[in-house]
Order: sequence, then structure tokens, then C-alpha cells
Amino acid sequence: MTKLSIIVVERDRNRALRIVDGLAASGNHDITVISEATGLARRIAEQRPDIVLIDVADPSRDVLEELALVSGPMERPVAMFVDRSDEQMTRAAIEAGVSAYVVDGLQPERIKPILDAAIARFHMFQKMRAELAATKAALEDRKIIDRAKAILMKARGIDEEAAYALLRKTAMDQKRRVADIAQQLVMAAGLLT
Amino acid sequence: MSLQPLRLGYVPLTDAAPLIIAQELGFAAEEGLRLDLIRLQSWAQCRDMLGMGQIDAAHMLVPLPIAQTLGLGPKYPALDLVMVLSVGGQAITVSADLGRAMRAAGHAFAFDDPLAARDALIAATKGRLRVGVPFPFSTQAELVRRWLEGTSLAAGVSIHTVPPPLMADALAAGEVDAYCVGEPWASYAVEAGVGALLLAGRAIWASPPEKGLVLTRDFAEGRPDETGRLMRAAWRACRWLDRPDNRGTAAEILSRPEYLNLPPELSERGLLGRLHVSTTGEVRHYPGFIRFHEGAANFPWRSLAALLAQRIATLHGLDVGWAMQVASGCFRTDLYRKHLRSAGADLPGASARIEGAMAHPTAVASEKGQMILGPDAFYDGQTFDPSFYKS
Repeated sequence: MTKLSIIVVERDRNRALRIVDGLAASGNHDITVISEATGLARRIAEQRPDIVLIDVADPSRDVLEELALVSGPMERPVAMFVDRSDEQMTRAAIEAGVSAYVVDGLQPERIKPILDAAIARFHMFQKMRAELAATKAALEDRKIIDRAKAILMKARGIDEEAAYALLRKTAMDQKRRVADIAQQLVMAAGLLT
Repeated sequence: MSLQPLRLGYVPLTDAAPLIIAQELGFAAEEGLRLDLIRLQSWAQCRDMLGMGQIDAAHMLVPLPIAQTLGLGPKYPALDLVMVLSVGGQAITVSADLGRAMRAAGHAFAFDDPLAARDALIAATKGRLRVGVPFPFSTQAELVRRWLEGTSLAAGVSIHTVPPPLMADALAAGEVDAYCVGEPWASYAVEAGVGALLLAGRAIWASPPEKGLVLTRDFAEGRPDETGRLMRAAWRACRWLDRPDNRGTAAEILSRPEYLNLPPELSERGLLGRLHVSTTGEVRHYPGFIRFHEGAANFPWRSLAALLAQRIATLHGLDVGWAMQVASGCFRTDLYRKHLRSAGADLPGASARIEGAMAHPTAVASEKGQMILGPDAFYDGQTFDPSFYKS
């Protein structure tokens, strides 16, 4: 069987490397990474790939949409994967955050392992992104609560424990998060000084 | 009262204003809705998320649901356009090199003269022009084709899809010679010093429908209550946006980091119709550069769907009569009438019209008496009569 030529469009080098690793594990392919948005259409036309993989949310996707419509005599018809696959696979891909553009006529059994590998990687990215966001939010919360505690301690002459208890009681009374109450307090204090 | 959340996708452009304003100024809350606005990066993503049910409704290029209906996209449930959200707002931008050559040859960059601009452009190019548009199925692509077809340059014109935020870069890198895009991405090139504004989209077609509110047919028909509430909220936001005094406020809100994330001074140009055509600060006033409501802008005329379908079908080798018929069905004048009558929208007697026939604002019969339509003329005086094509 001939090697499949795959292009991965990905700006982030680390992400690109991980995707390439994942794909390499699924078989022997010819993989190229394009990390720049400029000249994307030209570079893809030159490479004539069998499959292009790109983040669902990448702005350059619309360029690929155009390529998918072109089927001039000199160009290879490119079709969107979603056209020829089972709906479940498409859904899994889009939910994982990856879209695939596949050359017309490529057999589904050759596409599947590649897409499975890509889906697995993108799932991992999504998880990492969510964890990072959660960690960041928790840190932000901690910082703002600390500042609110300091304001209360100074204004009311109470200790840290009492300041936190006051914040927590207010939050419970108002059915809000402690961080939200802290945020309001910090903002109000900022206005008053 | 708790608000019902709806997930709405939008692409960060000035014309996403109706949905952003509907949420920010309480038009959505008035209808018992909370709009969770999800910023998207491409029209393909917007279409996919709507098709897959990950969003309930979308701010979308008017020709995109038509292309989907004609089978020129992935197989998703049918999409319907329930109302138009904006008309105009597009501009043609040329590269700094082309701008200099045109100016040297005496072109004044008046911004409103399609023939003078075209002649000057043809004279400045050497038979080849690469034009960027945001998507293959966009009003921008239609405007460029109409403006340049039949000219000596037509054979040398190629149209390329370039994501709007990358257009100024593409112009600077010499990937394209000109582009047609919605604000603020035309002004952005001027601000970046890489291009000059040549022509307003409305100078080519006086009423070019730009964005629409698009839902899956399953949602629009299966959840009529929420569809109606969403439409009324958007419609009231559109009406608010077309009061001239509100445009500055709108620019401030749109420019916030969570929406367009650009300086208000930039978003404001298109909204106020005060555009800087060059880096030297030459300002052109173009009243009504973008409209959200006036002239029955929100009504999804079936004849508009037929017109765009005819053009798309011709370009992609599809049966034109069939295309016009099925496309008319995805512009839901019936839902518009049903859901917006109670909000106070005036409704025209007919759901289709001859497109391009009005050189001036024209009064027509409507439920409340008279409504003022148009102008909607094409720069070359062509008209489009959908009934002519009926088999």
C-alpha cells in the first residue's frame, strides 16, 4: 500500500509534534506540518496531500473550504471528510476539535486509523486546556479572596480567620460564590479610596 | 425570573452587533432569554457547530445557508435563515502599491463611484488581480464578481478565501492585491498602513444583504417559542442600532475584549459611516454604510434567496431552476411574519420582489399601511425577477 501524505495545519509547535507522534503510531505516513497561515492554499496545492488535519477552531479552515470546492482539471478534488463518513465519526471528530479534509476516493478503512489517532490527541489537548483554565481560575480566586480578606482585616480590625468567616457567611446568605463576594468588595474598596 | 439560556455563535465583526446588543442592552432578557455568545473563528466552524447542534443559532453569511441547501457543504440538518441582521458594511480595499499607482493616475478615492473606481483599478493592474473574500459563499464574493464581470479585467481576476483577521497580512505579504470584507477589517488595513479603501459595497449593490440569523429547521419549527423570542430580541436590537445616536455606544460595547477586542475608534468608523480611506486621514462620509433595520432590512425576501441561488448554481454547475426553488424555501418569510408581527414589525404584502429595481427609497403596501423599501439597485442597472425563472 502506498504511503498516505498528511498535512497537519498547526501553529503551536508542541501541539504539532504531539499530533505527528500520534499519527506516526497509527501507521507509516508522510507527514508535513504547516505552521503559517500565509500561503496556505498554495502550499497545500503544491504538496497534494491525501488528508489535511486542522483544528476545528482554526481561522484558516475557510481557506480549506475553498479548496474543497475546487475541482478543476489540474487540481485533485478534495472533499470534506464529513461528506463520506458515518455521522458518528464526524461528530466524534468535531467534538474533539479536529476537522479533516480528505482527497476524493480515499477508502474509509485507510482514513479511520488516522482520524482515530487525531481524535485521541485532540481530546488530550481539550483536557489539558480545561485543566489549565481551571487552575488559572482557582489561582485568580485565591488572589482576590486574599485581597478582600486584607481589606476587611484593616477596615474592621479583625483577624484573617474572622475576615474569611465573614466573606463566607455573606456568600452563603446571598447564594453566591465566596470569590464573587470578594470581587465585589475589592471593587467597592477601589472606588472608595 | 430565571432566564432561558440559548447558545449563539458569532464571528467577531461589526455586523455581529445585533446579537451582542440584544444581550448587553437587555432585549434578550425582555424576552426571558440569556444569550450565551460564543466567539467563533471561521464560517466553517460556525456552520459545523450549528449543523451538529452545538449552538442553537448563528450569525451567518447570508449565502451560506443557501449553499448548504444546495448541497455544497457537509451533510447536516437543513438550515433556515429567519431574518436578515445587516445590509451593507462591506468595503473594497486595495494594496498600498495599487493605491499609489491609482492615485498617481489621478483617481480621487471618492469611495462611492463604482465605475470610476473600476476604471482606475483596471488601468493600474497589469491584467491580473487577486481578490480576497471571507468565504466562497459570501456577499463579498458576489459583489466582486458583479463589479468586475464583463470587464477587460474579468479573465485575469481570481477570487481567494482569506480569513478576515488575516486579510491585512495577506495584502501586506502580496498574497492578494485587493480584498472585499466587512468592517472593521477594511479599516484595519488602512490603520496598519498596508492598504487604501477604494469602494463601499453599497456602491455596487445598494442593498447587499450581509448577515442573517440562522437556525436549524428542526429548531426553528420544533421550538417555535424560543425561536420567536430570539427573533424579537434581535429585531429590537436591530431597530435600536439604526437610531443614529446609538451607534457610538454600540461601537464601545462591540469593541470590548470579550467581543471584537479592538480600539472603539476602529469599530466606530463603519458604524458612523465615517471612513478613513487612506493613512493620511482622508475621511469619506457614507451615510447608511451599514444598516440593521431601516428600509425593511430584516425581511428575508425569498427573491433574495433565489437571486443568490441562481448565482451560486451557475458558478457550480447546478440546475438553476431547482436551485432557486429550494433556496427560496430556506428564507423563512413565514416565520418572520408569525413571530415579528407581535413585536410591531411592519410586514410587506408580498414575500418576493423584483431585486435591483429601486434606485430610490420606495413606498410599498404593507400591513400597517406603507413601508419604505430600498434603494436596492445594482450599479449597472440590472434587475432580477424571480418569477421569470419559474418553470
